[in-house]
Amino acid sequence: MAESILRASNLGISFGGLRALHAFNIDIREGELVGLIGPNGAGKTTVFNLFTGVYKSTEGAFYLHDKLMSGKKTHEIVAAGIARTFQNIRLFKKMTVMENVLIAFTKDIRYGLPGSLLRTAGFWREETAIREKAMDLLSVFNLQDKAGWGAGNLPYGQQRKLEIARALATNAKMLLLDEPAAGMNPTETAELLACINTIRRKFNITILLIEHDMSLVMNICERIVVIDYGEIIAQGLPEEISHDPKVIAAYLGE
Amino acid sequence: MSVVDGLTLFIQQVINGLRVGSVYALIALGYTMVYGIIRLINFAHGDFIMVGAYSLFFTVPLMISAGMPAWLSVIIAVAVCATTGVLVEKLAYKPVRAKGTKMSALITAIAMSLFLENLAQTLFGANPKQVGTIFSLPMLLGFSGNTLLTILIGVVVMVGLSLYVKYTKGGQAMRAVSEDKNASMLMGINVNRIITRTFAIGSGLAAIASLMYIVQYNQVTNMMGTMLGLKAFVAAVLGGIGNIPGAMVGGLVIGIVESLSKAYISPLTGGIITSAFSDAILFGILIIVLLVKPTGIMGEKTGEKV
Amino acid sequence: MNDKKNRTRSLLVSLLGVCVLGVVLLLVDSFGGMDSYIRGIFMQCCFAVIMATSLNLVMGYLGQIALGHAGFMAVGAYTSALVTKAIGLGIKAGTIAPISNVSQFFIGMLCGALVAALFGLLVGIPALRLRGDYLAIITLGFGEIIRVVIQNLPFAGGKGLANGQAGQALIGIMKMNNIYIIFAVTVVSVAIMLAFVRSKFGRAIIAIREDDIAASSAGLNVTYYKVLTFTVSAFFAGIAGAIYAHRGLGTLQYSDFTFLKSTDYVIMVVLGGMGSMTGSVITAVLLSVLPEMLRAFAQYRMLLYSVILVIMMIFRPIGLFGNYEFSLYHLLLKWFRKKPIEAEQSAAKGGA
Repeated sequence: MAESILRASNLGISFGGLRALHAFNIDIREGELVGLIGPNGAGKTTVFNLFTGVYKSTEGAFYLHDKLMSGKKTHEIVAAGIARTFQNIRLFKKMTVMENVLIAFTKDIRYGLPGSLLRTAGFWREETAIREKAMDLLSVFNLQDKAGWGAGNLPYGQQRKLEIARALATNAKMLLLDEPAAGMNPTETAELLACINTIRRKFNITILLIEHDMSLVMNICERIVVIDYGEIIAQGLPEEISHDPKVIAAYLGE
Repeated sequence: MSVVDGLTLFIQQVINGLRVGSVYALIALGYTMVYGIIRLINFAHGDFIMVGAYSLFFTVPLMISAGMPAWLSVIIAVAVCATTGVLVEKLAYKPVRAKGTKMSALITAIAMSLFLENLAQTLFGANPKQVGTIFSLPMLLGFSGNTLLTILIGVVVMVGLSLYVKYTKGGQAMRAVSEDKNASMLMGINVNRIITRTFAIGSGLAAIASLMYIVQYNQVTNMMGTMLGLKAFVAAVLGGIGNIPGAMVGGLVIGIVESLSKAYISPLTGGIITSAFSDAILFGILIIVLLVKPTGIMGEKTGEKV
Repeated sequence: MNDKKNRTRSLLVSLLGVCVLGVVLLLVDSFGGMDSYIRGIFMQCCFAVIMATSLNLVMGYLGQIALGHAGFMAVGAYTSALVTKAIGLGIKAGTIAPISNVSQFFIGMLCGALVAALFGLLVGIPALRLRGDYLAIITLGFGEIIRVVIQNLPFAGGKGLANGQAGQALIGIMKMNNIYIIFAVTVVSVAIMLAFVRSKFGRAIIAIREDDIAASSAGLNVTYYKVLTFTVSAFFAGIAGAIYAHRGLGTLQYSDFTFLKSTDYVIMVVLGGMGSMTGSVITAVLLSVLPEMLRAFAQYRMLLYSVILVIMMIFRPIGLFGNYEFSLYHLLLKWFRKKPIEAEQSAAKGGA
């Protein structure tokens, strides 16, 4: 079996008296595509917010490649290799498609204040280089022709793609996708599926994905974790999950 | 100085603080009510005090010459201020709110403040004007009667407002709108009317504050609202902006802190920090509160949804 | 490489533009057009331009209202004035080797800018936790604190330093009448700020303005960039302060740096367009010159500004220029070729 990449042990968080997530254990292996599902308000996005440092856990810890990540700031976690997308797309809408990707390359740029103020050769070299890198990445998502567009003007499906491109540009090893197919029509969903497959092959990346669209989850996920009321109620292969009585109860109500 | 003298001085300072504090509290209420309902720091609110004060300046002599008690002028001042407040909301804030960002709303508020200050300067000049005596009470238990009355007015108004907000239908609607504008709209509350009413009440309170201020200082200038407004704003933040009891507590605390710091800071620090620093101390409190507990003493925490 | 050629050309064109302005200045000066009155207005334009553009960094690019910019200006003004005073005294006493006024001014200006930057850093730290109206208020509070403290410093009043007296205007400040130096300082300041916003720093700051959670999820250290912006902005306000202190009147008053002074610059930034350096420069010059040209108008100046501001917020909240930037090179290309080539357009955008 492949090496562990993202591991959570007894992760949990309470807001005041409300326990939003409790005893969350997961061990994701390199190259896996794991689905995280559960009814509305089960705590799925909370898991993502914990894994990206937007929230600080009140119990337990999580590790990337066995390095402790909990307690770190978002940008430190991103630098370590976890990147995400958002349920309600959060692009820099007034910036261009290209700039959205360039932002994610910022941490790789080595020129400092003097370089940018004096416009040294190094400044131009690096700026040109990241623009080329960004263009390459955009072409993976078939967005290369729209590099100069305002990100807010892209059609919905392409905004989702751009968000994934931006996450990949951080050089992530572990990608968290929050309902990537939400609001998409069947054609766009199919395109997204193909896109996810491509990036898995091309970037050798591990994915944890939240999704409501059951057919999509069953289709592409190799393993599924189900949570309800902030706790894991089942995990296993898609086949097993779809027959699990607890999962059926959670989704249909008792 | 004997212990008894020291104690008397201390009590004197606390009473003075309560007087200034009740003025701050009434102004802070205006800030907090408007903030609660449209999430805007109404920079022009401090200048409503100036509007009220000019209104007193013009109407007090009229009242006296008509043989009526001078304090009745405050009714006219309340009406003038309430009208000003509602006009500012309708003509400037509402159109900007309809399509602008939070930033443009705040800039509009600053602009309205500048507008009122400069309009007053154009109309009445920049020199301070003396207002006639509104009332002068005898000393009571060794304290100035005016001071005690000022505190009393403040208390009555605050209790009245609390009862209104808590028990009347209009007050409940106000709380509902500040809790959740959209839900209130769905429940059939006319949100715009509530906003208008909030501005009217908040500005009316500013008029009463100007009466209380003038009883003490007798003076009106076009810039008088700036510092008063800022200090009252500090009080509103200290109490938790958007929180009505918080504004009252915050106002009184700021008043007492200011009074005591003016009296004691210089002897306590051996003259290194003089009483001239008292304004800096108030702003220092503001900064510390915002950094340590941005929601103020009585405010509730609100987080951003991701 | 085509990119490189364009960059060089664009730079040369910009330099040429600056030189033309310099020559105009020289002509006006040599034909006797620069009396002390005109020089005063010129100085005012210069520090207003630096104040407006540096405030624009925080308001336009970072998207936060700052109401205490005059406070940083005060720090720069007083620090530089006291430094040049100290140098002057040192030269008189023979403890320091004599240096020219210009060198004294530069030393004072740098000290002023650095101390102002330090204060900007201090204000930037709360900026991490607060945003929007709360931050606006905190900057206002800091600005007022700075003013009150200066008012109460014995060495910052009267004759200053050891002979100073608190609560008085600082007098006897060196006069810096060399308009070319002031002009050069202004041009270089604006150029540096432009270079700053057109680098990874500017990109990051705009991203943070757009969505700070998304920005940190894209790997940006939001804290660092926010504090950096405040510091850079305050640094240049310090430079503007130094020009103000040495503008030729020889005095400085703490009451020059009230909250109202700060709103003057807020007005310039907002009218010009938040996010447009061009807009800030133009409105700063206009609003400095207009009241002088129309004396009668000066009385109603603020009344008019406030009305314009409200109308602007209702009908065009992005300001006159939005986020448009003027590029001479770009304009010339348009004139001579009618149609600029796409590649050149993007190069011009990234360069100059």
